[in-house]
Formats: sequence, structure tokens, C-alpha cells
Amino acid sequence: MKRVAALVAVLALAGVTWLAWPSAPEARGQDQRITVVDGPAGDQRVELDATFFPPPGGGRAPAVLLAHGFGGSKRSVREEAARLARDGYAVLTWSARGFGRSTGQIALNSPDYEVKDTRQLIDWLAGRPEVRLDAAGDPRVGIAGGSYGGSIALMTAAHDPRVDAIVPSITWSDLAEALFPDATGQGPSNGVFKRMWAGFFFGRGGGAIQGLEALTQQPRPLPAEEARCGRFLPEICRIYEEVAETGRATPEAVALLRRSSPVTVAGRIKAPTLLLQGQRDSLFPLDQSDANARAIASGGAPVSVAWFDGGHDGGNGEADWLHEQTTAWFGHHLKRDGSPAARPFTVTRDGGRDPGTRQRIRLHPEAGAYPGLGGTVTTRVTLAGPEQNVVNPPGGTPASVSTVPGVSGLLGGGGGGGGGVGGQGNLSVSLDMPGQSASFESRPLTAPLQLTGSPTARIKVSGKGQVTLFAKLFDVADSLQPPALPAGLVAPFRVTIPEGAGSVETAVTLPAVDHTFAAGHRLRLTVTTTDMGYTTPAEAASYRIGLAAPAVAVPTVTALAAPATRVVWWVWAMPLAAVVLAGVLLATGRDPARSRSGAGTGNRGGGDEVPLEISGLTKAYRNGEPAVDGLSFRVERGQVLGLLGPNGAGKTTTMRMMMGLIRPDSGEIRIFGDRVAPGAPVLSRLGSFVEGPGFLPHLSGRENIELYWAATGRPAGDAHFDEALEIAGLGKALERAVRTYSQGMRQRLAIAQAMLGLPDLLVLDEPTNGLDPPQIREMREVLKRYARDGRTVIVSSHLLAEVEQTCSHVVVMHRGRLVSAGPVSVLLSAAASGNGHGPRLEDVFLDLIGEKS
Amino acid sequence: MTAATGYAPRRTLPLRVEIVRQFKRRRTLVMFGLLLALPWILVVAFQFGPQSSGQQQQTSLRISDLASASGLNFAAFVLSVSASFLLVVAVALFCGDTVASEASWSSLRYLLAAPVPRDRLLRQKLIVALGYSAMAIICLPLMALLAGTLAFGWHDIQVPGTGETIAALDVLPRFGIVIGYALVSQLVVAALAFLISTATDSPLGAVGGAVGLWIVSTILQAVEALGSLREFLPTFWNTAWLDALAPELDWSGMAKGASVSVTYAAVLVAVAFRRFRRKDVVS
Repeated sequence: MKRVAALVAVLALAGVTWLAWPSAPEARGQDQRITVVDGPAGDQRVELDATFFPPPGGGRAPAVLLAHGFGGSKRSVREEAARLARDGYAVLTWSARGFGRSTGQIALNSPDYEVKDTRQLIDWLAGRPEVRLDAAGDPRVGIAGGSYGGSIALMTAAHDPRVDAIVPSITWSDLAEALFPDATGQGPSNGVFKRMWAGFFFGRGGGAIQGLEALTQQPRPLPAEEARCGRFLPEICRIYEEVAETGRATPEAVALLRRSSPVTVAGRIKAPTLLLQGQRDSLFPLDQSDANARAIASGGAPVSVAWFDGGHDGGNGEADWLHEQTTAWFGHHLKRDGSPAARPFTVTRDGGRDPGTRQRIRLHPEAGAYPGLGGTVTTRVTLAGPEQNVVNPPGGTPASVSTVPGVSGLLGGGGGGGGGVGGQGNLSVSLDMPGQSASFESRPLTAPLQLTGSPTARIKVSGKGQVTLFAKLFDVADSLQPPALPAGLVAPFRVTIPEGAGSVETAVTLPAVDHTFAAGHRLRLTVTTTDMGYTTPAEAASYRIGLAAPAVAVPTVTALAAPATRVVWWVWAMPLAAVVLAGVLLATGRDPARSRSGAGTGNRGGGDEVPLEISGLTKAYRNGEPAVDGLSFRVERGQVLGLLGPNGAGKTTTMRMMMGLIRPDSGEIRIFGDRVAPGAPVLSRLGSFVEGPGFLPHLSGRENIELYWAATGRPAGDAHFDEALEIAGLGKALERAVRTYSQGMRQRLAIAQAMLGLPDLLVLDEPTNGLDPPQIREMREVLKRYARDGRTVIVSSHLLAEVEQTCSHVVVMHRGRLVSAGPVSVLLSAAASGNGHGPRLEDVFLDLIGEKS
Repeated sequence: MTAATGYAPRRTLPLRVEIVRQFKRRRTLVMFGLLLALPWILVVAFQFGPQSSGQQQQTSLRISDLASASGLNFAAFVLSVSASFLLVVAVALFCGDTVASEASWSSLRYLLAAPVPRDRLLRQKLIVALGYSAMAIICLPLMALLAGTLAFGWHDIQVPGTGETIAALDVLPRFGIVIGYALVSQLVVAALAFLISTATDSPLGAVGGAVGLWIVSTILQAVEALGSLREFLPTFWNTAWLDALAPELDWSGMAKGASVSVTYAAVLVAVAFRRFRRKDVVS
């Protein structure tokens, strides 16, 4: 009961602690309307809808501007803002011009518009009493944001030296490159239009409603101008329409997109920059962050790059890790509290499954330097394959599928780990249409190959005119599993075959990914004529595709090493502590009787001849009622002692104490001068039968007897099996399993077991119970004969006649106390002289225990 | 002369005697029979069960999908379906029954009065019970390996999850690790059952108590709110042996599991000895 109470108390304490544990202070946002003035001439007034989260701890804290992505508003970053504020920052979120409830039109993070707005937000922050200042008008401020918000962070940091740190994620370096990629490196004017993504991107600037609202709200009718251009500046709208129709980037469009691109100004950034780029991002792939990193590093600012598991195609599976990285970066550069900022290069990789939870886990190997997309080591993997004919289908359909913008994001975004990092188990659907692709395959790899960066290959294209092609590198496992396209990325490129040449060779830079090709897998370079996400020519045409060089160069970053997984301290500490605790438990749990009676276990001089001596023996039941109370008597050699008493007199308890099964509360039992304790060696001279037989029911009588003797560890020759078994008198039944025995048979077998080895002291508890009269008589003779040889027998009984006929001496017990002790004859004669009646033990006994009326 | 001639405490209850005493029990034989028959029953089930039509496209292969791929896969499957309960019951039976059944037969008091010193009695019984438990844990996967190899052939193992293959000979030592870990992780069940066994006269109570606490631990493990506290539940690392079959051998989970198991086992066994030493044997 005490233990249960203690357990309940511990649980209650744990519960209270859990409830009362101080939770982080809640950050409360204050809605603000901040009026800014922008435009090329600085004459356009725009009202920005903003929310300010003061630092919950009070005082002046560094500020963080948290920008939203394209199509979002300040509401889409509210949760993250509150989280940052709880970490001790003054956070300002706002809806960029043209989004949410802010006025103005979208100018794509133009230096004339959005950048000016953001600089005025920094002015606004400088005027807040909650914001720490570096100088008058210069707040300690960082900017974070994803996609559209990431680019405003870069653009603002380039244009405003007051910015102290930035964490842009999944954003572009060159919007023209991102929308018109060309894997041969000839720039956006030769690029292939990423029409699906561009459509999504510009479409999001059209209607004001997004996400779930778009699904649930009744679309409202739009006026003609708004329906056409949404909230874009008319100039941007017009250029977009032009390029979307032709699929080619005009110089005017490239110039406009470049104005909105950090790549042109990133060299001016002085703020330490952490670039978080998604590995599953077909809109702004890893090469965009690579360009940013190189541009920023050339200006001398510290820059770290992290490739995380996510991106525009893949949701935010590791939002918590990104938040940690962001706060560590700001902690290091804004609070300057010594937080360990991200190392120059970090890659998220699949770490298998957690051994305990079986959840997918991610590893974050790091490198001390950012190697770029070329890696630190290049492995050349030989590819083979003949020149192959491919066709461009008329109208460009059906088109191959690599990544479907939006859809892949929906599939991969929810799970947070559903799609494995690095392509294995990737959910991206990749389909190549027959006749449209040429493939070149390597032999099975003999060792695993880690790809980190952009592989390169040289391809030969034969045909006529301009050819639009898409190169991709598959991981081919075996015939059972479909080839995996790491991150679902393709490298589009356009080559022009000179008049009369018939063919052209070109180097193609494949998409940058981090992927492990397992040993036994093959690399497959596939070149297709179509891809659903891109604008391809409508005219039917056929080409021949071959390898200009029979290899693909695979970059690896050898320096990337996972932070060493240390063995958790408790793995070794806990078993050690447990072993120590176990040792303490055992050492302190030594039998106190044995330890305190070092002399007692030894032989008491001269007492050797006394088979049994009991003095002051007391034992109480658990409820405190005494079972044996101050019992003392002595048994001499050659006696057959009857332990007589009614039920509950304490006979059995006394016998159990003789066997060392029960510890007396006080007093002691000595057998042949040795004090009895659990397992005392002198017990080997005691044969006992107490409270019924104890046999293994599945074994035969003989096996039981033999195994019992074997358990005593004494030589088989000392056992005197034959004599003992003769007493049992079981005959053939000895070979049957004990479970088939009658009560009497078990009884006799148990007495035989007690007599094994002919012990010097034999203790039998009600030995004649369950025996028939001839057996009882025989038993009497056996016991008398046994004692005649100088051995001692103690028989307990409540049958008076039994004791009278068997025993030479008697000890009468009642309610745990000794009532009388002495030779049977003396007891009888004393009684006879007392009242003149016949000397009947029954009368004496009843007299003694005071039950006689 | 304090003891009978030929008596020495160190010679009491030899292991051989205790092994014989336990082996002829119907309970022991039935449990081993079940463990040895189970792989064959499963083989038959896989042979006659409806075949899945065609190669189903799945993002990750489950261990049961691969069971009939090879003998090694089959053995891994058998282990995975039995480790969480059947082996627990087997171990709880051997360790929980050992002292409690003697108490229920009343033979315990005669052993103690023989006298077998109490520490020695527990030690010998624990060793034999652990030996039988280990036999059970070892014989199941070995029989599964035999049955699976005869039924499905000796092929390279296919790893659940990624579907990668590892050469059969490379995986054999890994299989040894799996069995070794299963042994260590069941120590906690053994110790728990043994502790209850020394405290009760009812063998079924001891076995049931250990299995019941095991179930409670499994249920607690499902409470996500406990967070990392769950790592210290004795059942939490039950499946960590799967890491030994992963392409990259990962020790961390098994190390944690072994640590937790050894910790509980050491303390529980120590408590069992301490309690039994002082106990009044009244059964």
C-alpha cells in the first residue's frame, strides 16, 4: 500500500510540474498601417498593412523584418513571426505592395518600389522604442523571408547598409535565368520558357485570394483591367503577356527581370547571409542560391548555404530545423549571443529511420567551405549508348513529365518526410514519352556514388535548325523499380545547328542535386524533346542524339560530413548506475541474522550433542498477533518428541522456523548447537516434512526423490534410497508421475524424502494424516526404530492417541506458548496422581490447555 | 560437525539437476514445440495464401511483403512478428514460472531446507531460466531460417523500406547481431518476470504480471505526448534490431535499447534477490 501511495505521489508531482511549468510568453501582434513613398521619382504614396510584434520580454531588442512569399500576405507568416518574437526579437511583418490589404501594384521587388518601401520600414523600426539601435536611425535589423520574401531580403540588404543579417530562402538570384533556363550556359535570351511555373507565379499576383480561400470562396467577377493584369504594374503585365505568348525572352523582358534580381546587386551586400535553398525546387533550383552565394562572397560578406529537404516542389518538411537555423543566424549576428551560426555549407540528407520511433530522420552533414556546384572531387562515370533518333511531336504533345508545379508540391509537401531526401522514394512522377527520348546508361556502380552539385555531360545533336531538348540523370535500381529522377529536376537547353553543319556538340550542365547512387545502381542520362513544364516548339521534327563524350562528370563534396553522432551519455551511464545500485541493494540486503551472529553460527562449545534447543522463540503474524510466543524447550538425542497442541497452537510455525523458512522475531533455534538461519549448513542434518508434500507433479516418484537428493549436492551413496523408498512402500507406482498419486502415497513419499540420507534430526508434521490404520501402525514402528539408533525425531500432532503411542517425550503448546514439557510417562503419572482418574493423555492435555470445564 | 558429511553449499542444486527438473514439464515442451512449429505454419500460410497479382508499385516495401523472397527475409519476418509478443510470453514463462511454480508445488520449502542457500537457489534458477529463454529466442529464428530456406531458397536479403539487396553471406553475421540484440532486449522481461516470480505463489500470476506490464509499457509508448521520456520505456527499442538489417549498420538504437534493458534487468534482479533473502517462505 505504501508503495502504491508513493507511486501515486510521484505521478501527481509529475503532473503538477508539467501543468505549472512556465510556458514561453505569448507574442501579441499590433496591426499597423505604415505609409511609404516610392516610385522612380519618389512620389507614390502606398499604405502598407503591417503587424508589429514587440519583443515579449520588454526592453529594446534586435528587429527582424519577416517578408512573405508571392501570392501571400503578412497573414501567411504570422505564426513564424510570433515564434521569432518569442525568441526575443521585435518582428515586423507586412503585406508587400500589391498584396493583401496593402495598396499599390506589384513591381517584383524592384529597387524603385518594394526596396524603397522596405527601407522605409527600417526607418519606421528605428523610431520604435522596442528596437535596439546601432546608431540614430539605424536599428539592429535582420530580414528573413522565403521566395518573393527572400528576394526582397537580398535586394534590401544590397541597397541599405543598415541591414545587419539576412536569411533568404528558396529564392532567385536571376529571375530571367530562373524562368528561361539554358543548361548550355548561353543565358536567358537562349533559354527555354518555364511556362507552367511562370503561369503559376504570375497567376498568383492576379487574384487576391489564395490557398484554401481560393477553393472555398465564390470567385468574384473582376473588372477587365484587373482580370488581365491583376495587381501587377501594367508594364510588367505587358511584358509577361509577350513572353508567355512567344516563349522567348525579349531583351526588354530580360532587362526588366534582371532589375528585380539580386544577382545584379548582390556584390554590394555587406550583411552576413544565410541562403536556405530547397533541394526539391524546380522553380528556383539550387543553382540560384549558388549564384547568390558567389555574388555575395565576391563582395566579402560572410555567406552560408544550406540545401534543405523541401522547396517549391516539396513543402517544408523540416520547418523546425529551418527555424533553428534562422534563429541561430540572427542570434549570432543580431543578438550576438554566441549562437553557433550555420557552417558555410550544410546539406540535408536522408538518415534512414529512427531506431525507436521508426520515423524518417534527416542528417545534416556540414562542410567548412562552400564548394559551389562543381564539388570538390569529380568522378567520371562512363556512359554508353548509340546515337538515337528522337522526334518532337507536332504541337509538342504528348509531353514528358518530370515535375508538375503545384501538384508535386501538394504530394510532397504534406508528409514532411514522405518523400525521401535525395530522390529515393521520391514522389515526383516522371514519364518519358516513347520515341521522344534518347538514353545512355552506365554499368552498375561498384561502389556507392555521392552526387552533390551539377553533373556535366557533352551531347551531340544532329538535325536542322534550333533544337529544344531536356536532359535528366536517372538513378536506375533494377528492372523491378522504376528509375528515379532525383528531385524531379530537368536541365532544358536549346542548341542551334549551324547551316550545313548537320550536327553540333554542346556541354550540358545537369540540375544540381544531392543524391546517393547506391552500389549496383546505374546512371542513366536521358535526353527528351519535350517537358510538360516548358514551352517547346510546335513543329514536328526529328533529330539524332548521341554522346559527344562517353561519360558524365559527377561532382562530390568530400568535406561534407555529418556531425559525429556521439553515443548518448546515458547509454553507458545508466547500466553502470544500475549495476552499482544493484550491488548496493544486494550488499545492504544481507541477512541480518547471519551477519550479526558470526559467533552464533559457530558451534557453541559442548552443545553439539543437543539436537534441538529452542529459546525465547517469538514470531508474530503480519497482523501482530503472536503465532509463537516465548517458546523454549530442548530435545535430547534418542527422543521421539511429540509436539502437541490444537490447531493454531504454533506448531507448524515453529517447525518452519526450524527449517529456516521463517525468520523468528526474537529468540533462536539451535540445531546441534548451530543457530538456524535461512540456508544454514546444519540444516543438512535435518530431515523435514512440514505442511504436506512438495513434489514436481510431472516427474515420477523416483525422479522426484533422486533429483531432490541431487539438489542437496551430497553424494548419492549417502542417500540410502532403498531404505527410504521401502518406507514409502510405493512399489511400481514409484515410476508414475506424482500427479497421479493419491494423498496417502504423496504423504509416504514425502516422509521418505525427509528420511533421505538418514538425518540426525527428523521433523515430521502430522505424519499420519491420510494414512490408513495399518500404515499408521507401521509408521509408528518406523519412527521408534529411527530414534533407537541415536537419532532424534520430532512429530507434531493434534491427535493425542498418536503422540501417546509413538513418543517418548512431549511438548504441549497452546496459543504459541509452551504449556508443558517432559516425558510422556511423567506427564501421565502427574495427571494420574492429580485426580485419581485413569491416566489418559487427552484429559491431561485438555487440562493443560485449560479447555476442560 | 556442523553439517552432514558431503554437504557443501556450493554443490547444491547443480544446473544439470535444475535443467532436468524444468525440462520435463509440459509447459516447457509445449512452448518449444510452438516456437519450432511456428515457422512451418507460416511457410504453409505463405505457400497457400492468395498471391498478390503483379508487382504492386509501392513507395516502400514492408517486411511482410518480402517474407517469401528468401530464407533470410523469411527469418527476419518471423522474428519481427514474434519479437513483440510471442518471445515476450516465452521469456516471461520461463523466468516467471521458475520460482513461483516451486512455491505452488510446495517443493520450494524442501529445497530451501535441503538446504539450498537462498541466493544460490535464485542464481541457479535464474541461470537455467535465462538459458531456456535464450534457447527459445535462438531456436525460433534458426528454425525460421531453415524453414524459409527450404521453402523459398537461399537468396540475398532484400531490405524492407528501400528494397535494396544485401548479399546473403554478408547478412549472416548481421543476423547474429539481430539474435544477440533480441536476447539482450528480452533481459528486461526476464528480470521482471523473475522478480514477480519470487514474490508470488502463482506461476500464472508471475507470467501474466510480466506480460501485463509489458503491454502497459507498449501502450505508454504510443502516447506521443511523453516525448523523449518514452525512450526509457523498456519496450521502446524493441524493433531496433531492424537497424542491423539496414544497408548501413547503425548501432545507436541497439545501444540505447541494450542500455535500457540491462539497466532495468540489473535493478529488477537485484531487488528479486534482496526480497527473496529476507522473505518468510510460507507457501
